[in-house]
Amino acid sequence: MADKKVVATVSLAGCFGCHMSMLDIDLRLLDLVQLVRFDRSPLTDIKKFTERAAIGLIEGGVCNDENVHVLREFRLNCDVLISVGECAIMGGLPALRNDIPLRECLEEAYLTGPTAVQGQRIIPHHVDLPKILDRVYPCHEIVKIDYYLPGCPPSADLIWAALSGLLSGKLDTLPRELVKYD
Amino acid sequence: MSDAKKVKFSLDGKEAESHQGVNLVQAIEENGTHVPTLCWSPGIEPCLGTCRVCTVKVNGRETAACALKIEEGMKIECDTDDLKDLRKGILELLFVEGNHFCPGCEKSGDCELQGMGYRFGMTHPRFPYRFSHYELDYRGVHLLLERNRCIHCKRCTELFSDDQGRKVFSFVGKGKDTRVEMNLDLEAKMPIHKCREAASLCPTGAIILKGQGFDRPVGTRRFDNPPDKGSKNG
Repeated sequence: MADKKVVATVSLAGCFGCHMSMLDIDLRLLDLVQLVRFDRSPLTDIKKFTERAAIGLIEGGVCNDENVHVLREFRLNCDVLISVGECAIMGGLPALRNDIPLRECLEEAYLTGPTAVQGQRIIPHHVDLPKILDRVYPCHEIVKIDYYLPGCPPSADLIWAALSGLLSGKLDTLPRELVKYD
Repeated sequence: MSDAKKVKFSLDGKEAESHQGVNLVQAIEENGTHVPTLCWSPGIEPCLGTCRVCTVKVNGRETAACALKIEEGMKIECDTDDLKDLRKGILELLFVEGNHFCPGCEKSGDCELQGMGYRFGMTHPRFPYRFSHYELDYRGVHLLLERNRCIHCKRCTELFSDDQGRKVFSFVGKGKDTRVEMNLDLEAKMPIHKCREAASLCPTGAIILKGQGFDRPVGTRRFDNPPDKGSKNG
């Protein structure tokens, strides 16, 4: 146990598709658990770092102040930080709102949209709710990111190539045939 | 071109040869070095040099290769680490200047900009995203214009005309407000093969044939698989 590398993962403004793709490495999961131990991650349901991680995998972009806080926490607690997927790299689908003013987005969603509930038309603003940012930011515009795995989602083979390469210290460049933007 | 006078030049320190009047991109490729291009393809003369991804050094100065013709004694640098990184940087600027969200683009897999990203090994742009806000133009009968994906290469305005030789696309506005426009009357009368030609001429997903996106499985599209060595695809 002691010499296993610690890995942490999180989904910020993402859809968990990248996490599903991580699980898609199939039988190689058995190899992976011989090499690593998952700390903070939706896979373990551990909510706070219990120890420093060697690798942090970030899915999703940054759309609210809680995402900023979590991302900074990952940067502080991980030796190597990887942006996984289009949303982490460029904001992805949530970033489609980036050319629309935030007020207009919220009004459309909660006040004027066809799915707004009659009599309950209010923009949620409780103190415990994360504050929505003016736009969705790619992770590398908030903290330093060390590696990038493009794709929507990145294929299981690309994730495996990156993880196994990092763990063995042999990650030079990502195999070109595995790098896809869609 | 074989009747033209032979010219000698230096390419990355080695002696190279071509013929007078040959476009610099072709002259370099004749000597075995690949030059990436987006706005240029054989036949566009003179090329406007709009995209700059073919940047090389000529006599010590960076310039777009597609906009020059080879001359005797030129000292050209092309395949150096600095220039490769510069060209990659230019490509990244093209990505951040528009909204190139590949997973949601009908052209994904067949997009030359995307293919060049794969070729350059680009995993992310090093520049902040601009998240442009150009209006989509749905008014066409067959074609739609997604201007947030336009890299202003001017292929459509310079190379495309309808069956009767009339220009269908034009650029209006200046600076950051420059946008591609389509003659809606001519577009409405264009046969489907011309519409398909216009959409495939666009190196990105700015000109899209309505109702035709996502029509082939991933893995079978033009840039899904790395090319064989020596091929210009990807």
